[in-house]
Amino acid sequence: MEFVVASSVGALTAAGVYLILRLRAFAVILGLALLSYAVNVFLFASGRLAINMPPILSPYEDLAYSDPLPQALVLTAIVISFGMTAVLVMVALGAYLESEDDRIDLEDEAEEGDAPGEVSKL
Amino acid sequence: MTDDSFSLIIIALLPFLGALVPGVMIRAGRNACAIFTALPTALALVMLLLHAPAVMDGEVIKAELDWLPQLGLSAAFFLDGLGMLFAGMILGVGLLITLYARFYLSGEDPMGQFYTYLLLFQGAMLGIVLSDNILLLLIFWELTSLSSFLLIGYWKHLPEGRQGARMALAVTGAGGLAMIGGMLILGNIVGSYNLTDILAAGEQIRAHEWYVPALVLILLGAFTKSAQFPFHFWLPHAMAAPTPVSAYLHSATMVKAGVFLMARMWPALAGTPEWFYIVASVGLITMVLGAVIALFKDDLKALLAFSTVSHLGLLTMLLGFGTEAAAIAAVFHIINHLTFKAALFMTAGIVDHEAHTRDIKRLGGLAKLMPITAVIGTITALSMAGIAPFNGFISKEKMLEEAVHTVWWENPWIVPALATLGAVFSVAYSLRFIFHVFGGKVRDDYPAKPHDPPFGMWAAPALLTVLVVLIGVMPFLAEPVVNMAATAVTGHETHAHLKLWHGLTPALYLSIIAVVGGAILLALHKPLDRAWIAAPRPEAKAIFDRLLAALAGLAQRISEGSHNGSMSRYLAIFVAATTVLGYLAWSGSAAAAPSRELLPIPPVVMVGWVLLLVATASVVICHRNRFRALVVIGVIGLIISFGFVYLSAPDLALTQISVETVTIMLLLLALHFLPKATPVESGAARRLRDGVIALAAGAGVAALAYVFMLRDVSTISGFHLANSYKGGGGTNVVNVILVDFRGYDTYGEIIVLGIAGLIIFALMEALLNGPAAAKLRNTDYSQDRSRDRHPLMMVIATRVMMPVAIMVGVYIFLRGHNQPGGGFVAGLVVSIALLMQYMASGFAWTQRRQQIEYHSMIGWGVVIAGLTGAGAWLGGKPFLTSGFDYYHFPPIEEFELATAMLFDLGVFLAVLGGVMLMLYSLSRIARYAGETVNVAPMDYDPSQDDGGEGPGKSDQTERER
Repeated sequence: MEFVVASSVGALTAAGVYLILRLRAFAVILGLALLSYAVNVFLFASGRLAINMPPILSPYEDLAYSDPLPQALVLTAIVISFGMTAVLVMVALGAYLESEDDRIDLEDEAEEGDAPGEVSKL
Repeated sequence: MTDDSFSLIIIALLPFLGALVPGVMIRAGRNACAIFTALPTALALVMLLLHAPAVMDGEVIKAELDWLPQLGLSAAFFLDGLGMLFAGMILGVGLLITLYARFYLSGEDPMGQFYTYLLLFQGAMLGIVLSDNILLLLIFWELTSLSSFLLIGYWKHLPEGRQGARMALAVTGAGGLAMIGGMLILGNIVGSYNLTDILAAGEQIRAHEWYVPALVLILLGAFTKSAQFPFHFWLPHAMAAPTPVSAYLHSATMVKAGVFLMARMWPALAGTPEWFYIVASVGLITMVLGAVIALFKDDLKALLAFSTVSHLGLLTMLLGFGTEAAAIAAVFHIINHLTFKAALFMTAGIVDHEAHTRDIKRLGGLAKLMPITAVIGTITALSMAGIAPFNGFISKEKMLEEAVHTVWWENPWIVPALATLGAVFSVAYSLRFIFHVFGGKVRDDYPAKPHDPPFGMWAAPALLTVLVVLIGVMPFLAEPVVNMAATAVTGHETHAHLKLWHGLTPALYLSIIAVVGGAILLALHKPLDRAWIAAPRPEAKAIFDRLLAALAGLAQRISEGSHNGSMSRYLAIFVAATTVLGYLAWSGSAAAAPSRELLPIPPVVMVGWVLLLVATASVVICHRNRFRALVVIGVIGLIISFGFVYLSAPDLALTQISVETVTIMLLLLALHFLPKATPVESGAARRLRDGVIALAAGAGVAALAYVFMLRDVSTISGFHLANSYKGGGGTNVVNVILVDFRGYDTYGEIIVLGIAGLIIFALMEALLNGPAAAKLRNTDYSQDRSRDRHPLMMVIATRVMMPVAIMVGVYIFLRGHNQPGGGFVAGLVVSIALLMQYMASGFAWTQRRQQIEYHSMIGWGVVIAGLTGAGAWLGGKPFLTSGFDYYHFPPIEEFELATAMLFDLGVFLAVLGGVMLMLYSLSRIARYAGETVNVAPMDYDPSQDDGGEGPGKSDQTERER
């Protein structure tokens, strides 16, 4: 089971990284979504895996429970990552609507900076 | 805390508190402004003087507030003789400057700002001289650099002012950075950042192998601040400031900070050959160089500036001698220099103010036109020249006497000879100040007709002139003050003997040589001046500018080389670097043996795993077809939800599946306006490179996860499991952690989510008011739309489902404390119920039928959660302490009510509001893109049949707002 989870995290990470290295905003958003899955599962797995031991206390008997703390952290992380994705989508959308394409790289704009000598003359 | 220490903290804080006032009350008038600047200063001065008797008796007053004890940083202040002297000078001259500036500044200058800067600066200076913790001292040190930058650049319209301010900031700031390093080394040597401890550990410091680096770094800070050679060049350029600033910064405060630091550190650092050769030599060079240049400056303020450089060199040299007598002389000269130099700067300011020029070559004969100013200027300039019977004479005598006794590199005459040379030039430029400005015939070509200024303007320099004469004639008056400060500098009690007449000593002969030589130099000024102008001299500003330009160019090349605007490049570097670093950390450590058994893999999990891998791979392969990639992403999210169910995390599963739904909806909405396909842009090599990076990163993460999952770990979760029911009243431990144990985190989290929602709303508003709106209107999106945009089945189903879905949300919310569920999930479920209406029946149709303000819903959520948390205060408990009890009303079974549930309600509202606001914002864009409103619940749009011509519903494409 551990191998299944670890390899899934690895596969999601690899796919996510590959996609965020693409040149278009939408691919990057997809990549970040995959990375969010990977990170969430990774964090969750840091509480170690357990089957049939949900951290719901039983009033009747003494049971073993899985680690609740990573779960609580991941729960909020899932919701926050949605917020983050939404902001990114909106930014990407705005950039696309105002600039004609949804590339993420700036090109040929670095050349236009001031000549070095001018910096000291405010 | 005793009254004494309390009052010390108040003294240190008063200028900062006072600084808030003048800046905002300039409308009340310039006088009110000046008064409210003088008030805190005067109050602090009075409180300070109340401590004077005790301090003169050798008492040290201390106050300490813990700030960051882990770092050894505390807000510790102490007041000893040296601090007393400087604090008195800072506040006393501050008062005089406040008065003088009131009359000096014109009506067009923003006076409120000026006074605020002045008080900020004053507070920073006061902090330096009162700090008992070197880290605190460093903070104030940097604050003086920053606030003096504001003061020097006060006349923002003058390029010289801006450049001078920048140069001062660059030089003193760089020195300050060096000093931070030196102070940290010092703290490490002693093992304490407490100044008192450091001063007591002088021998330990001087014997330490890190003594020299610490010394050099600290001296760099002091030398840059006190304008010592070769950092002296910033001071004359700072003269572009208004004269009150120059008078304050360059007589009593800013530049004296370096001298103060050397005096302060004297017991800890002085007395070694390194100290002597560095400090005394630099001081000597600076003194001579400053005096020589001063003689050839035609600008009154430039003359005074270089004279200040020279006198600072003198002080540095005296401190560098490392003897007790020299330290006494230094302390005495600090007082004298303050009195005559502040008065001289103010005199120069008066001349400038009245004659509209400070160019000595255009002045002369002012004694008849402005007699009061002339008297003040003459007396103080004579004192600067070191001519009896004024106070400058006595301290110069003392300096020469010390110089005579000093052997430099086995050479007994070089120090006295150079010191005398400095004195000669000092006399020459002082006499030039008198004769070329006030002496001579009255001219008829002044830019303005000069006359004496109003009383308010000459009162301050006149008061200082009285001091100059008093101390000169009756030097024993100053003895207690000098002893007080010198005792603090040297660390043991001193007995200064200040007399006007010391008898026929070598120092007196040297003084006579200086006066005669100075007079001769002045007589020869014209030919000398021509020679000076003709001689090639290095121009410090040009060198500084070139150096700065070179540095800026280097920085530009580096930053433009590494930051070329390509985000994918940064990300590639970032991921690759992280992977490599992770690998390095990994390879250097030996993991313990695995301590956990592997869990079995049942067939159904195997199927899910294969599905996940296939889905992940297909996202990568078909990411160019964006719709398809999105669908596959949804599949991945579902499998992960199943994984959470299987691995005992029901809450996570619920959250994941509902978030998945809204995420996909969001992305679908966005995709409506984005290109539907990603073009192929990167070549095979680039893709191969990215693939390698991605696989390496993935493999690293997988390996890391695999390794730690096989090993046990000690966690704090045992506490949560044990106390969830007893302390939090809930059996769903995850929920109790969220709303109780770690409620603060959750509180922050819902605020973040709310902010994200508001950001999206704001972005949407900005977009719809910008060029994007036109583009949206003019693009034809109709071919994307289905003819059957609001399918009958879906409309009916969602409307029937709506109450059920909301009921499910309420149920999930209510059971959350004890069973999987809670505010987060409930908020998501309800938002999905609402979103289904938007999807099925259309945005406008739904929007008209529900009157929910999502903004205020976020606000209410945060407020409810916050008030619930604050409610704990009523019970005397810390923020967010929860309470609960069990109730039993027949016929309902016993149930529990917890304040955590109210908190969860806040979470619910914030999540619902945030999510809805995000999707609402995106949907509103659709309305701008020509989305039509359906009139009937289910409409079939026939206009789509024949390419969009038909009877459209343009009359209903009303724009929102």
